This record gives sequence, structure tokens and C-alpha cells, in this order.
Amino acid sequence: MSEKTEKTEPRLSVFKTYKLYVGGKFPRSESGRVYEVTTQTSAAGAAGKGKWLANAPLASRKDARDAVVAARKAFGGWSGATAYNRGQVLYRVAEMLEGRREQFVREVADAEGLSKAKAAAVVDAAIDRWVWYAGWTDKIAQVTGGANPVAGPFFNLSSPEPTGVVAVLAPQKSSFLGLVSVVAPVIATGNTAVVIASEKSPLPALSLAEVLATSDVPGGVVNVLSGRTAEIAAPLAAHQDVNAIDLAGADEALAKELEIAAADNLKRTLRPQAVDYFDTPGIDRLTAFLETKTVWHPTGSLGASGSSY
Amino acid sequence: MPTTAPTAHALSDVTASDSTLRRFLHGLPGVDAVGLEARAASLGTRSIKTTAKAYAIDLAISMVDLTTLEGADTPGKVRALGAKAVHPDPTDRTTPTTAAVCVYPDMVAVAKEAVAGSGVQVASVATAFPAGRAALDVKLADVRDAVAAGADEIDMVIDRGAFLSGKYLKVYDEIVAVKEACGTSARLKVIFETGELSTYDNIRRASWLGMLAGADFIKTSTGKVAVNATPANTLLMLQAVRDFRAQTGVQVGVKPAGGIRTTKDAIKFLVLVNETAGEDWLDNHWFRFGASSLLNDLLMQRQKLATGRYSGPDYVTVD
Repeated sequence: MSEKTEKTEPRLSVFKTYKLYVGGKFPRSESGRVYEVTTQTSAAGAAGKGKWLANAPLASRKDARDAVVAARKAFGGWSGATAYNRGQVLYRVAEMLEGRREQFVREVADAEGLSKAKAAAVVDAAIDRWVWYAGWTDKIAQVTGGANPVAGPFFNLSSPEPTGVVAVLAPQKSSFLGLVSVVAPVIATGNTAVVIASEKSPLPALSLAEVLATSDVPGGVVNVLSGRTAEIAAPLAAHQDVNAIDLAGADEALAKELEIAAADNLKRTLRPQAVDYFDTPGIDRLTAFLETKTVWHPTGSLGASGSSY
Repeated sequence: MPTTAPTAHALSDVTASDSTLRRFLHGLPGVDAVGLEARAASLGTRSIKTTAKAYAIDLAISMVDLTTLEGADTPGKVRALGAKAVHPDPTDRTTPTTAAVCVYPDMVAVAKEAVAGSGVQVASVATAFPAGRAALDVKLADVRDAVAAGADEIDMVIDRGAFLSGKYLKVYDEIVAVKEACGTSARLKVIFETGELSTYDNIRRASWLGMLAGADFIKTSTGKVAVNATPANTLLMLQAVRDFRAQTGVQVGVKPAGGIRTTKDAIKFLVLVNETAGEDWLDNHWFRFGASSLLNDLLMQRQKLATGRYSGPDYVTVD
């Protein structure tokens, strides 16, 4: 029976409709627009140049607006979760990525024009990177915070707090490892993110959204938009309810323009840097989106009775 | 619209007895629920942009009954609300004032003082709001108390129990009594609590009943139950006030309340008003929004239109 059906007709392939990821849901762009995503060639040159892969949604400024609303809504819960819990959730993401390894290898190979072996190395590095940042969630406070000696009978404690809603322009070239390397540190410390995927290679990012949706990350903590980086980034940089912006995926001219727009409400801005994403990162990207809260508390040693504790 | 309402002379004696009133109310044409909801939904798809949007936002702000009806209300909170009603956006003095502040009767005096001289009205809920479960004397005392404290508008709730059990005349008499207690100084808004009336037919009957009894405004709901103002039930009430004016020449206002939180929603309601009742109702004397969080969204949208940048909740008050 089964042999017979296999022989009769060639199977029609089922194409995947890539969608945005906003507030834990997978909407199309409100504008209804899509754009063609094709295979990219690496510097070394690869076959299959410009082969059609899929139609990705071309997000508009209104999608960006909706994503900020979703990110703001998710901020209270995510920043309020214990650091230990955030670490567990992020580790869960790595587990899910591992399960979808084959899919990501294929997508990264297409997106960046890499051989299968090289793409596999990229995906492995990305998964390891995710685990690395998952480990940092409950350790960063010890590194960047601490007890300060002060000239008075006070405990003086500094502790890092997440900045808020962070707009992230994912790197254009490194569509998956670069993406993970900029998104994971933002959410590890309790921020929520609106991510603009690589313009020409958004598919790994849109698939990462599917992983996030199935791995205990609350909806809205990460929102993924695909489309023209400049078009989506401009309203985000000017948005009064976005607290910080990571310009990793902006070229020099765009970065300057966005930085000017971002100055209006004093956003924290991380300028684009030349990074080899295969290198083990420092904690710079973790600390870039942290604020320091300092608390004074009397020690009680100057009590009327002269007692101390 | 098959709203063939009865002739004018019929209206004068429909309230003569319980049976004539019932015959009249049950003689109102039934509501096509599917058609009503489809109509409300299709009117909600209008695209209102740029200058039209700016006009709509300012109009909507001027129609807001800024409301705080919590057990935890304090004089301080009511004063803050009053200040916000007078200057919704202190950074932009071209912002219109809201229509009114809406508070519990014991806060009327505080609210009155807070909005003094600004033209903002003080509305007070009364008649054992929100359940309406009290003896008529108690309800009337509640109303007189609020009016004596200086309330310009009274928001009463109807006795849903009596309405649903068919004692229409009881409901009618109660509204008439409350209207009398309001005297000449206060306008009366009658709340039906549409979420508890179960059917669209009942909402249409309640609308006519309220208008026959002399309501100045008919209002959807208290904001205290699961289902509050929806485009469909507001559309239905707008049809009722339009038909009532056609029959009697008396214009009655409409106030949807509860659940309207975004500018987009508010503009949809304004479209309903314009397309159903007409331009005569596009004024805060005849149409209001009962809301609290709506105002902040309207202000954020207003700032967006003025500056081109999306605004955020850091730039409006926390109420």
C-alpha cells in the first residue's frame, strides 16, 4: 500500500510562509508587503547565486510601533523574573536550537553562501553562544554590582538593572551567529528587544523566532521584524518609549542618522563595531544595556543604645 | 434600516400603563444581530488620517468623561484627575479640556473645586451605582445628595432586575423620579448596563424606555461588568436616538463607557456617530466617552501627530 502511493505522484513541496514575530504571535506585516529573499554568496564564491528562497514580510513603521508596545508590555514580567529563572529559560532556547540544528544549518548555508560544514560550525557556535549568555544571567550582578565603601554608617549597594526596551539592529552579514550574539546579551539581563533581522538574509532570524516561541520565553520579550533596516530603524530610533538602541546592523551613514534621532530622549546607543562573532565575547554587550541602582541603608551601628548588628 | 417607529401621537400615551408600555416596547422592530454587527464592523474600517485624524483626536479628547470610580478614590486622586481634565497635556496648552470628570457622589465637592472656572462639568454616578440594588428612596437621596454637592450631570443605573422581569413601568417611573430629583440644573444620563441585558432587542427597548422617561443621555454601561461598550450596541443606541428625534423632535445624547482604550477605537465610535446619528451629535453636548485610560492614548497620538515621533507612557500621567 505504502509502496504504491510513493510511486504514483511526485510530492508537492510545502513552502513555509515566513512571518514576523510580535508579542508572541506570528503576524504578517500590517502593510501586507513582502520581499524576495534569495541565496547570498560568500566572499569565497558559491554556487546557486541569487536563487529564490522565500518571501519575507517587509515590515513597516507600524509593525515597529506594535513591536515596541509588545516589548513594553513584556518588560515588567521579564525584568521582574529572577535571574536564575531567566538563565533557565535561555538555556531552554539553546536546547530547542539544538533540536532544529539541521534546519538552521540549511538556512545559514543559503543565507550566507557557506558550505554545509562551515554553516554547521556557525550554528554550533551560535548555540554555544546562547548557552554562554544563559550562564551570565545570575552572575553579571556580582561582576558589575557590589558593596561600596562609604564614609558613614551605611550599607551602600550597587546593583545592575535592565535599561528597558532595546531596539536591536542585527548584523547584516552574520545572519545567525551575529544575531544570537546581539540578542542574547540584551535579554539575558532582563531587557526586552525589538530586533530588526538582517535585511538580505532574514530567514534564520525568523526561524529563531519560532524557537523562542516554543521555549518558555514570554511573548513580547523578543520581537523580530524583517524588512528594510533603514525604514524600520528610523521610527524606532525616534520612538520615545524605546530606551536603548544597538546599531550593530547599521552602516556608517545610517548609524549617524539614527544616533541623532536617538539623542532626543537620551537613548543608550551602542555604536557599530568590527566584531568577529566567532570570538568569545566579553561582557560588553551585557553591560551596554544596564543601569546601576545604588541603595543606601543604615547599618544601625549608631543606635542610641550604642548597639550594632 | 427597518426601524419603523410608532407615530408621534402614539408616544404620548404609551406610558399610560404597564401594558401599553410593554406593547409599545415589544412592538419595536427586532434587531438583525448579524446585520448590526456587520454594519458596525464595516464602519470601523474607515481610514482616518492626517488633518482628519487631528480633528478626531481633539474632538474625542473634548468628549471624554474622565472617570474614576474606585473604592480606593481619595480626594487627592480626584484633584489630580480634575487637574488633568482641565489641562490634559500640560506641555501643550492647545489641547482641549475634557468634557467632564465622573466621580462618586461623595467626591463631587472635591471635583467641583478642582475644575472650578474651567468649563469642565462634574458628573456623578448615583442611584446605588453600579448594581442599582436599593430602595427608590435611597436612590433618590443619593441623587439629591450629588446634585446638592454641585454635580452638573447625574449618571444613574436602571434596575436591570425589574427590566429583565418585564416590569417596564417600574423602570420608567424610577427614571422619571430620578429626573425630577435632578431638577433643572443637572442633566441625566441613564445607564442600561448593556452587558446584562442579554439581547440587542432588549438594548433597543431600554433605549426607548429611557428616552420616553426623559433621559438627557443614554449610556451603555457602568464599566464594572465583563462586556461594556461595543461598537454594535453603541450603533444600536445611536439609531434609537436618531429615530427618537425624528419622532419627537427631542435630541438625546449617547455615552458609550468602559472598554474603550485606544485612539483607534475612539475614532471608530466617532465614525459610527457621524454615519448613524449625524453631525448634530458630533459635539460633547451630545456624545461622550466614559473612559479613564483612553485619554492617555489620545494624548500620545496627539503628540505623535505633532512631533512625528511615537510617544510613550513616560510622557503622560500615571492615573
